[in-house]
Amino acid sequence: MRRRFDLRSVLIALAAPVLAILFSVVVISVVLLAVGDNPFDVFSKMIEYGTQPRTEVLILNSATIYYFSAVAVAIGFKMNLFNIGVDGQYRLAAFAAAVVGGSINLPAPLHVLVILVTAVLVGAMWAGIAAVLRAYRGVSEVISTIMLNFIATGVIAYLLQPGRLAVEVQGSNNIGTEPIPPSGQVPGMAIIPGTESKVYGLAILAVLVGFGYWFLLNRTRFGFDLRATGMSESAAVSSGVDIKRMIVAAMLLSGAVAGLVGMPQLLGSSYSYSLDFPAGLGFTGIAIALLGRNNAVGIAFGALLWGFLDNSAQILDLEGVPKEIVTIMQGTIVLSVVIAYELVRRYRLREQQRLTGQATAEPTGIGPGADEREGAPA
Amino acid sequence: MRRVIKVAAIAMAGALTLAACGGDSDGGGASAGSSVSPASYKVGLAYDIGGRGDQSFNDAAARGLDQAQKEFNFEKKELEASAGETDAQKEERLRLLATGGYNPIIAVGFAYATALKAVSAEFPDTSFAIIDDASFTAANVANLVFAEEQGSFLVGAIAASASKTGNIGFIGGVNTPLLQKFEAGYTQGAKAVNADITVQVKYLTQPPDFTGFNDPAKGKTTAQGMIDNKADVVYAAAGGSGSGAFEAAKAAAGPWGIGVDSDQYKLPSLAKVKDIILTSMIKRVDVAVYQFVKSYNDGAPATGIQTFDLAKEGVGYSTSNPAVAEYTAKADEFKEKIISGEITVSAKP
Repeated sequence: MRRRFDLRSVLIALAAPVLAILFSVVVISVVLLAVGDNPFDVFSKMIEYGTQPRTEVLILNSATIYYFSAVAVAIGFKMNLFNIGVDGQYRLAAFAAAVVGGSINLPAPLHVLVILVTAVLVGAMWAGIAAVLRAYRGVSEVISTIMLNFIATGVIAYLLQPGRLAVEVQGSNNIGTEPIPPSGQVPGMAIIPGTESKVYGLAILAVLVGFGYWFLLNRTRFGFDLRATGMSESAAVSSGVDIKRMIVAAMLLSGAVAGLVGMPQLLGSSYSYSLDFPAGLGFTGIAIALLGRNNAVGIAFGALLWGFLDNSAQILDLEGVPKEIVTIMQGTIVLSVVIAYELVRRYRLREQQRLTGQATAEPTGIGPGADEREGAPA
Repeated sequence: MRRVIKVAAIAMAGALTLAACGGDSDGGGASAGSSVSPASYKVGLAYDIGGRGDQSFNDAAARGLDQAQKEFNFEKKELEASAGETDAQKEERLRLLATGGYNPIIAVGFAYATALKAVSAEFPDTSFAIIDDASFTAANVANLVFAEEQGSFLVGAIAASASKTGNIGFIGGVNTPLLQKFEAGYTQGAKAVNADITVQVKYLTQPPDFTGFNDPAKGKTTAQGMIDNKADVVYAAAGGSGSGAFEAAKAAAGPWGIGVDSDQYKLPSLAKVKDIILTSMIKRVDVAVYQFVKSYNDGAPATGIQTFDLAKEGVGYSTSNPAVAEYTAKADEFKEKIISGEITVSAKP
């Protein structure tokens, strides 16, 4: 009885994102028809291009970066904290890591380790400022992290100047940190057959971080306290949780993971932090965390979907369809997924009440509702 | 917590929708009604963020492409960068054009340097050009770079001559080495005329925030601040933000503004403030693009570093506002000296 019910709740949980994606496909089809394109052609072109080996590598690489970013955001969400500062945290972390990585020379594994540790520490430190302000001064982390994003931009711009921490390249209008020597680089993995392009070596780290996130939340006392605090602060306090400590710990963890966002690009591709280092990935992470429902596996699917949409969009411009259509699609997905989750939550609540009602009405047996746990809320 | 999520979702959806609205890609295609018989080649062009319609250097490249297309009647394809993308995605954009048979291919902006280095090696039979970068050279790549400091030197000399207060301003869009070249030339030109002149320097944003090129409100407040500090000529090297700076100068009645990239006196979008635009520092990205396509059309595609300086008329200043006439003699004198090598203009502030 119980097993059957669990399967059903899994199906219900899956229904929400699937419905949201279908709904956004419908919306986009209407938009495409309105501007005179055949939606079927457009989608099949995207899928055809998106399944080519080279594009698959690009999708995996984008997804790796997005995954770190979304997990960083999700850790905050679990604790009811909205860390908008992932963007500033990863940029500052990547910059510091690039400076450290370019100025030292160590044996290969140690060099990479030092760079990663630097990134994690700087990311955590930057998030820590917001955490301390929130825990001990009551400053909303939304405001402080947005401000810290701007400050990070200013700090990097000040330091990334010739004569400070930047080196100039003859004839270039770009400017960046000293390139990281080969011992500090992470080689790619040629795991997709049919292409020479390589998947970021740090994709493995993303999988490990995902597992660590799941383990921490679901298999440790700390994770339990974190979720409990996120669901009801007053209940957590009365069961002996130190809220201030939890806020600081959650933000530090969030910032630490945020510190890794720039690493695949830095250690696997550009080896230097320059003016054109990708920015704005922290905001993509928010969308993906919402889509993946803060769930380690859900986020992975979200990151892959986003990677697919972003990369297969390239073919659209070439075919004369504005690729901004994909941005509209992403926006629709985020909005409709939240609505879908809310509908499912209400449905579940009603279902639970009905079953509880049945169970209490039957004096003889134990109803299935009795051991139905509330599914993990956001 | 659900509340937080909802707020986040709405914010995200809003941001994404706005981002979508911002883009204005142009599908392209051979222009109809051309009298020239269709060319046998297709031209690809990859813009930096902003693309066609940015009122700045992407637009200048687009003008050059349009002019060439009118003349040679080829099929064209224009692609645009997205914010937050990596080198790998830029590389893929260029590769898509190359595999699609586009030849020649033009990359607009120094951000394409790493990507083009890889792709140009992969497609040795395709001709490429990159604007604003000379960090690498290849047999099939033309590096189209500009001596912005030389053109800025001339408008700096004009500014110093026109200034009565001995105080002028420089507004840079985004604080990058490229924009610092404008600042360097402007300051040197002004000091060449009046060694004691004060030059106020402000940049609107810091990278990676490139909104400084398209934020008229910020341009206006910054120019206002400079005028309040006694500046009576303001050089706005800030793309679309310049319109705000000119509005501030117009409102203050008296100060001059100096435009950038194209002859802003003639731009229809700036018609209301054009009488205070004394001159503009012209950077002929359009000419560079046009000449590159022409060289390909003529069967000898340009390669290597092509510096568009005063001597090649790749940079200069505009004279469409009659008010500038009284300063041109001095500016032309400096121009001759720079061309002859008597004056060397440093690209570093």
